[in-house]
Amino acid sequence: MEKQKKEHILSLLVNNKPDVLARVAGTLGGRGYNIETLCVDATMDPGVSKIILSVIQDQATITKIEKQLIRLIDVHSVSDLSKMETVMREMMLVRMKLTDKNKADIALIIDTFRGRVVTMNGDHCVIEITSTKEDIDRAIESLKPLGIDDMARTGIVALERMK
Amino acid sequence: MKLKGSQIFIKALEQEGIDTIFGYPGGVLLDIYDELHRSNLKHILVRHEQGAVHAADGYARASGKVGVTLVTSGPGATNTVTGIANAHLDSIPIVVFTGQVPTPLIGTDAFQEADIIGITRPCTKHNFQVRRVEELAKIIQEAFYIARSGRPGPVLVDLPKDVMASMTDYEPLPPRAKELNSVPKPASKKAFYVLDLINEAKRPLLLTGGGVILGKASEELREMARRTKIPVTSTLMGLGAFPAKDPLWMGMPGMHGTYYANMALSHCDLLIAIGCRFDDRVTGKLDTFASKAKIVHVDVDASSINKNVMVDVPIVQDCKTALQSFNKLLMEQDFSVTDEQRKAWFDQIAEWRTNVPLTYCNSDEIIKPQFVIETLYKLTKGQAIIATEVGQNQMWTAQFYPFDEPNTFLSSGGLGTMGYGFPAAIGAQLAFPDKLVVDIAGDGSIQMNIQELATAVQYKIPVKIAILNNGFLGMVRQWQELFYEKRYSHTDMSFAPDFVKLAEAYGLLGLRAEKPGEVEAILRKGLEHPGPVVMDFKVAREECVYPMVRPGGPIHEMALGREMAN
Ligand SMILES: Cc1ncc(C[n+]2csc(CCOP(=O)(O)OP(=O)(O)O)c2C)c(N)n1
Repeated sequence: MEKQKKEHILSLLVNNKPDVLARVAGTLGGRGYNIETLCVDATMDPGVSKIILSVIQDQATITKIEKQLIRLIDVHSVSDLSKMETVMREMMLVRMKLTDKNKADIALIIDTFRGRVVTMNGDHCVIEITSTKEDIDRAIESLKPLGIDDMARTGIVALERMK
Repeated sequence: MKLKGSQIFIKALEQEGIDTIFGYPGGVLLDIYDELHRSNLKHILVRHEQGAVHAADGYARASGKVGVTLVTSGPGATNTVTGIANAHLDSIPIVVFTGQVPTPLIGTDAFQEADIIGITRPCTKHNFQVRRVEELAKIIQEAFYIARSGRPGPVLVDLPKDVMASMTDYEPLPPRAKELNSVPKPASKKAFYVLDLINEAKRPLLLTGGGVILGKASEELREMARRTKIPVTSTLMGLGAFPAKDPLWMGMPGMHGTYYANMALSHCDLLIAIGCRFDDRVTGKLDTFASKAKIVHVDVDASSINKNVMVDVPIVQDCKTALQSFNKLLMEQDFSVTDEQRKAWFDQIAEWRTNVPLTYCNSDEIIKPQFVIETLYKLTKGQAIIATEVGQNQMWTAQFYPFDEPNTFLSSGGLGTMGYGFPAAIGAQLAFPDKLVVDIAGDGSIQMNIQELATAVQYKIPVKIAILNNGFLGMVRQWQELFYEKRYSHTDMSFAPDFVKLAEAYGLLGLRAEKPGEVEAILRKGLEHPGPVVMDFKVAREECVYPMVRPGGPIHEMALGREMAN
């Protein structure tokens, strides 16, 4: 089995109840596995939530994690989206301090990453960029020298292309 | 019919067929205790909540049914944690009901509030907090179902006081139909493959575990082993599933396993593991474990497979179904194997067995703990239910009391909880009032739940306790002797109560033997006594458990006695 560690995106359908996220997080955390990103919301069925989380592990460990998660009574299904054809996106909000000097560069970056300005007041603006995780990382690298005030990322959401 | 939560609680238990519960009251449980007063449920008032959980666990292990505990909020609930973790690691079906502060107070650090759901999340199979009385009956049904289905385990149900006091319409629920974590269909292709492997194998071996007992598959195991003439070794948790008197029996493997079982594991070319989870105490060094063998692993829990040991044929199925379908296949295929075909392997095993039998050096001067256990076996004719504490007493019991039937050996395998045995014996005795139940104890462990002597006396529970009193935390002392040059740091337990007087103070019979010549008479007297008994055997202080595999070492390298170990 592959020993090399890489990012795996797990998609879980779980009961939409208090405590379920803690059970899932505890199952990973209690065994020393770090959750890199996490995204949770209700599905079309309000009684069921979807948890999408990413972990960086080798394949054997991922298999163990999947087996541990599916044992939880509140977890209906676990699938490793990294093994399927999926669309993956992440959204980021960044607040930038605006100066006469950086405005043009920021506009260029927004354009490059197909972002948009969500709000602007006085000398601040908040930018939204939705893209792949890699592009978001790149956008941050480009924005950093221009003075990031604060930022928030959603973590990866992903969906199989087909059933 | 309109009923109160506390009344529904009793009805739901009755519907699950529960007749005995182990409990301890408190403020938030007053409504329930008031109902208990009126009901026919037998409630055993323990003296510490840990004792209640171990007793429910012992009841479950001996009877194969679900054990039940009822405790109050806060400290009552937190006192159950060790017992729950113990049941969790050994996959024992119990349901623990905890009282909770009223729902409006939850999260306010109210008096005797503890977040028992959070505390027990990693050591239960599942837990519930009942927020509305309307869901109470359903949750209780679900709790029992989860506890006993698939790989069994402990389930905790948290009962806020106001929920127990509120009224709702109640109608008995129909029995639960849907199969939770239902198991895949017979793996027939794999069964054929296993049959091929058995046909090809020259040195096959069966390794069985607690899953065979939990899955009530002992009969099926016996049939399979005898038909295929494959020798059987079993982990601590599986003792009794295969009869020790059968010629195919190899004894327990692992750290304190028999020489021949460990050698067979290291030399077999086919290992069929059923209902076990390859604990490090069994495998020793993983690289060398069964390294010459193809490994088949049957387990109801997919997460046990390929966890510690990589296997060639994984079969995710409960042991009973898997063995049944395999036995059917053997029948259909008219499978047979001659003694001649197994001769080389049997000869090899016989040679190991003759060269290094399981034995100890007896004495006329001083009582050897193994001798007490052998004598107990002789007097009980192997017919007793035996519980153990943890440490040397536990290992010697596994070695020197051969078990022929499942559910007759109760021991804390996974967690290794000192103080487990005595309350577990109480639970087992309640499940089988007419059987002889003995707790084989160490002088350290017995002090961890000694308060339950009062429970035994109050309810006339005739459990027999045999203390192998070495005045040490023996197993830890053994490691200090072997690995820390005999620096006995804080393991001397010779400052202890006089156990005979202690027994008498609690109102039960206390007996003592100090010389080997007295052992049989004292045991006889104790076993024949109609009530509970404490028997204090002053045994050799520095006896060690052998064989012993060095922790983390390969299991075929065993110290067989003091000379080799040092
Ligand atoms: C609750 C608990 N605390 C500590 C230990 C660690 N421990 C394992 S064996 C042992 C010694 C047990 O002594 P005793 O009950 O006298 O039994 P012996 O080994 O002498 O037969 C200890 C302290 C444990 N297993 N459980």
